[in-house]
Amino acid sequence: MMPYFKFDYFSVDFSLVIAFVIGIAFGFVLERGGFGNARILAAQFYFSNMRVLKVMFTAIITAAIGLFYFTWMGWLDLSLVYTTDTFLIPQIIGGAFLGIGFIVGGYCPGTSFVSASTGRIDGMVYILGIFFGIFVFGETLPLFESFFNSTPMGRVTLNEFFGLSHGLTLFLVVLMALGAFAAAEWGEKIMAKKNGRGAE
Amino acid sequence: MTKEKTYEPKPYSNPYLVGLSLGLVLLAAFLIMGRGLGASGAVSTAVAVGVSKVAPEHASQNNFYKEYLGDEAANPFKDWLVFQILGVIVGGFISGMLTHRVKVTVEKGPNISVRNRLILAFVGGGFIGFGAKMARGCMSGQALTGGAFLNLGSWAAMMAIFAAAYGVAYFVRRQWL
Repeated sequence: MMPYFKFDYFSVDFSLVIAFVIGIAFGFVLERGGFGNARILAAQFYFSNMRVLKVMFTAIITAAIGLFYFTWMGWLDLSLVYTTDTFLIPQIIGGAFLGIGFIVGGYCPGTSFVSASTGRIDGMVYILGIFFGIFVFGETLPLFESFFNSTPMGRVTLNEFFGLSHGLTLFLVVLMALGAFAAAEWGEKIMAKKNGRGAE
Repeated sequence: MTKEKTYEPKPYSNPYLVGLSLGLVLLAAFLIMGRGLGASGAVSTAVAVGVSKVAPEHASQNNFYKEYLGDEAANPFKDWLVFQILGVIVGGFISGMLTHRVKVTVEKGPNISVRNRLILAFVGGGFIGFGAKMARGCMSGQALTGGAFLNLGSWAAMMAIFAAAYGVAYFVRRQWL
């Protein structure tokens, strides 16, 4: 029965080896996607290269379909998979900070480590910024701790929130992703024509 | 230097293929470990340990640092996210070496100085660090992992990420275009 770790198939120490191996695969794939390069990531927000959207939504629907399938087959106990509790308003505000940091700095945390390990100095400086931002959060948290813990909704999924079945929600998410891919391909063509060059 | 001249960097891979691979890596983490990917968590651990080394009393009174320091018996660096980010650094480097894309450089548009680009990189990192903690995860932990889980808060954060980035893009266009 999965997830294996929750059924004591291996020790905590061995889980760290798995973390390292999964991390290698994660970093490898991010680099393949061009996400060690801030210009590729930033291009998403000027509509000239929609790689971020394509990669992210393909990854999300792949893993979401996998979770649904393994649960449906009875191989996975989804209730044992960790996910963060929802605190709606602080997460939206936090998301806005993340979005600003993304376009101003050119990376998200994961991609900045890939950029740094492939020699990008802006990626290294960016990581110093992450340290600073987290330090500021830690030091100032006592000032807004009640806001940080406001609008608690517990462990809740889109299907539970909208009262739909897991399968139907997943189907709608996949439809939305396919629509986004079509729009992205179309947008890139328009921008390429406007700029007189290819999307890459 | 001659090596860089001899080998041209290869083009980036097909984004849908990359997305499929990334989704399978994430799914493997879910199925094997029962948890997903993350990047900012490792930095949080490092910051918490740093603060507790300098000011142990101060750190022990702060709920945020306490969470990342864990119980006193265990080493806080013996953590899933810490080992994962070490893997990310290695995996990115391996892929970069195989495709001749490892290069000491600063990524920026043609209309900004290196100094200003690095200042903005630091500022952006600061926003991300703060935001990642406020949103209870960054793009890896919330948008990707929580997104695949169909977590409500993760989708709300993801929408806010895209909305804010598109909203602010115009004002920093000189950095990239």
